[in-house]
Amino acid sequence: MLKLDKVTKTYRIGTFGSKELHAVSDVSFDIKDGEVVSLIGESGSGKTTIGKMVLHLTPISSGTILLDETDVSALKEDEEKEYYRTVQGVFQDPFSSYNPIFKADRIFEIIHDIFYPDVDEEAWKEKVHKALKDVGLNPEHVLDKFPHQLSGGQLQRFLIARALLLDIKFLVADEIISMLDASTRIDVLNLLAELKKKGLSILFITHDLSLANYISERAVILYRGCIAEMGTTEKIFNSPRHPYTQMLIASVPRLDQKWDKAVTIEENSDPIGYEDGCVYYGRCPLAYEKCRERPVPVEIDTDHFVACWKVTDPHT
Amino acid sequence: MSLKVENLTVYYQTLRGDVQALEDVSFEIADGEIMGLAGESGCGKTTLAHSLIYLSPPMKYVKGSVQLDGRNLPVERMQDMVSFRCNDISIIPQYAMNALNPIRKIGKMIEELVEAKKMDFEAIKPELLRRLDLVKLPREVLDMYPIELSGGMKQRMVMVISTILNPSLLIADEVTSALDVASQKAVAEMLVEFRDQDCTNSMIVVTHDISILYQIADSIMIMYAGQLAEKASTKTIINSPRHPYTKMLISSLPEIGVKYTDKRLEGIPGKPPLLLDPPIGCRFRERCPLAFDKCEEVPPFIEIEENHFVACWKETEDLA
Amino acid sequence: MKKEKKQNELIYFAFRNVKLIIGLAIILFFLVLAVIGPMLTDNDPFDFVNPLGAQPPSSEYWFGTTFFGQDVFSQFVHGLRATFIVGLFGGGLGTLIGILIGFVAGYRGGIVDEILNVLTNIVLVIPTLAVLLIIAAYLEVRSIFTELIFIGFTAWPWTARAIRAQTFSLRTREFVDLAKLSGMKPLRIIFTEIAPNMMSYLLLVFILQFGGAILIAATLDFIGLGPTNAISLGLMMQFSVIWGAMQLGTWWWFIPPGLAITAIVGALYIMNVGLDEVFNPKLREM
Repeated sequence: MLKLDKVTKTYRIGTFGSKELHAVSDVSFDIKDGEVVSLIGESGSGKTTIGKMVLHLTPISSGTILLDETDVSALKEDEEKEYYRTVQGVFQDPFSSYNPIFKADRIFEIIHDIFYPDVDEEAWKEKVHKALKDVGLNPEHVLDKFPHQLSGGQLQRFLIARALLLDIKFLVADEIISMLDASTRIDVLNLLAELKKKGLSILFITHDLSLANYISERAVILYRGCIAEMGTTEKIFNSPRHPYTQMLIASVPRLDQKWDKAVTIEENSDPIGYEDGCVYYGRCPLAYEKCRERPVPVEIDTDHFVACWKVTDPHT
Repeated sequence: MSLKVENLTVYYQTLRGDVQALEDVSFEIADGEIMGLAGESGCGKTTLAHSLIYLSPPMKYVKGSVQLDGRNLPVERMQDMVSFRCNDISIIPQYAMNALNPIRKIGKMIEELVEAKKMDFEAIKPELLRRLDLVKLPREVLDMYPIELSGGMKQRMVMVISTILNPSLLIADEVTSALDVASQKAVAEMLVEFRDQDCTNSMIVVTHDISILYQIADSIMIMYAGQLAEKASTKTIINSPRHPYTKMLISSLPEIGVKYTDKRLEGIPGKPPLLLDPPIGCRFRERCPLAFDKCEEVPPFIEIEENHFVACWKETEDLA
Repeated sequence: MKKEKKQNELIYFAFRNVKLIIGLAIILFFLVLAVIGPMLTDNDPFDFVNPLGAQPPSSEYWFGTTFFGQDVFSQFVHGLRATFIVGLFGGGLGTLIGILIGFVAGYRGGIVDEILNVLTNIVLVIPTLAVLLIIAAYLEVRSIFTELIFIGFTAWPWTARAIRAQTFSLRTREFVDLAKLSGMKPLRIIFTEIAPNMMSYLLLVFILQFGGAILIAATLDFIGLGPTNAISLGLMMQFSVIWGAMQLGTWWWFIPPGLAITAIVGALYIMNVGLDEVFNPKLREM
């Protein structure tokens, strides 16, 4: 379905773009048909950038993203429309996803106008009603309203319904429930799970490990634009091997056990002098000489990749 | 008893009438208690926290009293509260990271704050340095500008500033919500450390994240639509809640290890009522699977076991 | 339903805003005068109608006559027309250019933005007056039209900068991304998604441009670079000063145009502050 191959995003910063900032470096992973893959990372890890590159909202600096046969990096402006027929995104902030001065259902009208100009008014209305019912909304209650009259959960379902109006095969869900209340977020999550059952592939971007674990089969852990660890969720969550993943999982507040006091780790100290080394070098308790070289993800077990010399270097 | 709030009612003034954001709230916090205040957005938890320290328009005091260490807090008079703020009651605001003046060095800023409270900065400095150590900030930060600090560092800096005068009550308003899991854990643990080191007597931790509270709070108070729903020890709230809202809320939280294929969690259908014109009686009634006739009256917030308060007729009808 | 409420709210605050009402009343008063004034008099502003020369206001010549016996009232109302035309179209042109450049630069970003930015900065630092002196020296006949064109083409840079900054911040909002995902073309995104969110701001910009254009026109006229074939408030002031109205004490010659320019520009600025309060809830007095 989706295949990322050595995808890199570089921003030029400083005076006259003298410095380069690697938002995403050499990220490769793939998503199979009907699979939910979680992309997990802290703020600044590049997870949103990857989502935007897949959606062709941000240009790719190098590497390729293939969606089935389509090369996303080579997409021309007039091919975008066809691409968006099959690939759609839903974003974090439901309120900022709507133009505040228009009614919320305007997002459906735009789809009608651009993708289905031949469908008549009546048939379209029926299609919208069906899509809304599919996402668990009552059309009577939610149509003809302004965004601020709807709840965050309703707005996010609206956006999913919008995606369903198209024949999408792939959905990028970028932190779509992080701004929702606890009592409604799980419903939106369940909705994604149902869509997956119908064959939709989903890239689920999140910073919340328990949500990722709940919904996805596979997970990719991202740190500062590099993949730290990836594989099936069971392997990642039950036997994490990368020190960063281990720290993350130990830091998640759980309802069944209290934090282990010992594992609090100092946050970002920049790896000055070793910019080409492992991105986790500055924070890693296990760092040693070898880590001044950048490790690449290595398969240590079936579908379990780790980018850490401590785990993959045979000499240690 | 550190804090005692009785029948506190606070509304928001809008053009279309008063939003009844906080209705008849009564509770107590013991000495040294860290109370978690949880609920969904719009439930009134932030209104409650702000009412205790900074009740300013469009917020409008309606009725009720607040006592701190046996003294009456004049929450309804902004001016009279000045002498209590920072000295007796202090807050770490939600967007604390942006609360620092960008063009002032941090040390200078603290000095001005301390002097505004008519105290000698030099006398406080040793304690200030000790607290920096406590939150694991290098002492050099005093000579730095806020922009030189990371989000988590700024958050910890504001924690130090807020507690430098040893308030009796510290309110932490969503201090962990904008942070990454690792810094979230660090900040949460430091809150406990502050209490343990007597930087503050008791604490209210406002958050929407109940799992954080499970890690650090002694007790948890759940609010719904401007009313109190339940208050009990952390263990009781998580393991044997009695209010239907608390039960549904806790069971809707995904945890590590839970997958939808094994155990499908359910949310709470419906949405909270608009507080401009709230329903009479129990405000959870519309979404409550157990609601019955009696729920058209406001349920009292009653102690059903020691230190376990619930506002639900199903639980308290026999007691009331 | 909610939108009506919101509009009602705006109208409610608009009618309660004293600054806005005062400003609007002054502008409307002068506008009406500019529209119907010329119909109240048969005298051509340049005709020498009074053989007696400078005479104070009387029932025949409401605002008196000039040194040459021209009807000041006729000059005043015709000049008022010219002033509104310059303000409306000169200011309008400046707003339009500013908006277009600001939108494109802000939305496209990158190299397009850099080029437009350089252009904006160049126009911003051009000494307008000096350029006009040169142009004036080459143009034998200058009309109000050339004047407003010139004003429009030099007054846009600050508008472009302000709009660019606003567009930048709106462009990162998620509904713009969503519009792209709907296959919308950039121009359509700018005009249907971004622009409507800036309507109040655009109105404020236009009012400021309007006032600015009137002031610049008055300045140009006063130093003798105004139209050669028409009358305007600034020209009236220039003539009165050249022919010693001050020294001769013919106050009726220069007071009306001076007062009108001050009142109109002042009223526009007061209106701007008032409108700002209406649109921005944070500035409203509760």
